[in-house]
Amino acid sequence: MHPVQDFLNFLILGLTRGSLYALIALGYTLVYGVLQLINFAHSEVFMSGAFGSYLVVNSVVEDGSRPPWYGVLAVIILGLTSGGLVGAGVAWCLERVAYRPLRRRGAPKLAFLISAIGASFFLSQLFGKLFNRLNNNNFPSFFDQNKHVVQIGGVYITLMQAIIMVSALIMMVFLDSLVSRTKLGRSIRAVAEDAPTAALMGVNIDKTISRTFVIGGFLGGAAGYLYGSALFFSNTMGFIPGVKAFAAAVLGGIGNIRGAMLGGLLLGVVEATVPTAPWYKPGWIGIEWTDVVAFLVLVLVLVVRPTGILGERLGRAA
Amino acid sequence: MSLLEVDDIEVRYGAIRALKGISFHVEEGEVVALLGANGAGKTTTQKTVSGMMRPSLGEIRFDGERIDGLPAHDLINLGICHVPEGRRVFPLMSVAENLEMGAFRFKRPDPQLLARCFEMFPRLKEREHQYAGTLSGGEQQMLAIARALMGKPRLLLLDEPSMGLAPLIVRQIFDIVREINSTGVTVLIVEQNAAQALGLANRGYVLETGEMVLSGTGKELLADDRIRAAYLGEEITT
Repeated sequence: MHPVQDFLNFLILGLTRGSLYALIALGYTLVYGVLQLINFAHSEVFMSGAFGSYLVVNSVVEDGSRPPWYGVLAVIILGLTSGGLVGAGVAWCLERVAYRPLRRRGAPKLAFLISAIGASFFLSQLFGKLFNRLNNNNFPSFFDQNKHVVQIGGVYITLMQAIIMVSALIMMVFLDSLVSRTKLGRSIRAVAEDAPTAALMGVNIDKTISRTFVIGGFLGGAAGYLYGSALFFSNTMGFIPGVKAFAAAVLGGIGNIRGAMLGGLLLGVVEATVPTAPWYKPGWIGIEWTDVVAFLVLVLVLVVRPTGILGERLGRAA
Repeated sequence: MSLLEVDDIEVRYGAIRALKGISFHVEEGEVVALLGANGAGKTTTQKTVSGMMRPSLGEIRFDGERIDGLPAHDLINLGICHVPEGRRVFPLMSVAENLEMGAFRFKRPDPQLLARCFEMFPRLKEREHQYAGTLSGGEQQMLAIARALMGKPRLLLLDEPSMGLAPLIVRQIFDIVREINSTGVTVLIVEQNAAQALGLANRGYVLETGEMVLSGTGKELLADDRIRAAYLGEEITT
């Protein structure tokens, strides 16, 4: 037994999962920022990204094909883009169909919640009907996902883990500079801070809300591709990662973009490392405690800091 | 043709009629004051002009074109810039970003105009990279005005720029409004501080519970006994 080595491997696993949670959590937090509303159908945006990217990826590579490294890279980028675009499209429709009509009529918050849950069931069942209801669909295997790209002693990072972490990092850095530096990002923050005043400056609130859904949907859909490639995908795959990502967004401070990133990574690391930490006797508690630990941490953080680690603010960590 | 013509507008909040058919006009280059007690409908009038609210009856014309019912984000493209009640700067954006928001309707902010704003409000230059939420009330008011100027207004709507500010700052702000007006910007100002506002305004209108009850030039209104009693009472006794 190598407790420290195991711990480090679980830490890497946690960062990998955390990157996915962070990508999904960004979708919750962005939408919350502009609408003060939890888009509970976001988990289905994630799921549709997996199916959408599967259709594209499966049409260019087949199981067991071994393209050269640049081919692998191209397929991964294609998968991320197609998953992202499908997610963005679904999120856009969701806003148009499930939220905007309610917003126009000034519906109470509860109506939005019901609408979100309805949309979530609808999408999940629709994908089950259109494709299948198996719970272990797999992407074609076209490269060795478990190849160790980094290995120091018994501590290693597999190729798939590296792909997930690197692509999540790139997307998060991109989003962060989009929100803090561009005019589009400024308009999103302005609507989040004070929508009527933003409109006085010439910001079209409806358009900005749509764009926010599209951006969040893209990240969620791309996460769906990564998750689906690393594990499996199904029409019900969204629920658990969705709930965890929502928890991560709350943990970091809902509405706060850097909070969502931090909350996602933290949740992933904590749930992977706490039950497996080296100071535990082997066999005492183990990875079957993952979900218990994740939600226990959420509850504890919220008891101490009800607004989450970085506070409920959109934009820069303030 | 007046720059702004408001013709018999009625505005409702649900069942309550906040404006019961008011009419007024603002000529190009003028400063016009809207006076009245709390709840008289001054802010509602401005919000209706800038598109934040829609009139249920009546017409608003800007440069001869109907603008009632158009959304705020379109009206700013005509040069109607509104400094709303309570300043409403974006607290989590820096001063510089707030000014950029003011120029949102342009592809990019006009650097000369930005330099002029900083010249007019040197305090804002000092605090350029600070969050707007950390500024004092007076500085926030200056930022709100500067932000509106970045949108190159033809008609500047100012809603109680003196609210909650120390007399010295109020005087500074009114001086700046005068300066802005002298560059050709038409100003429609809402004030509770009637003496200050009428000292600045070419003309004024007095609102009472959603109805226009008096109008006249600044001097006429300042001399009017009813105004002196209702709005300048304190200042006469001191």
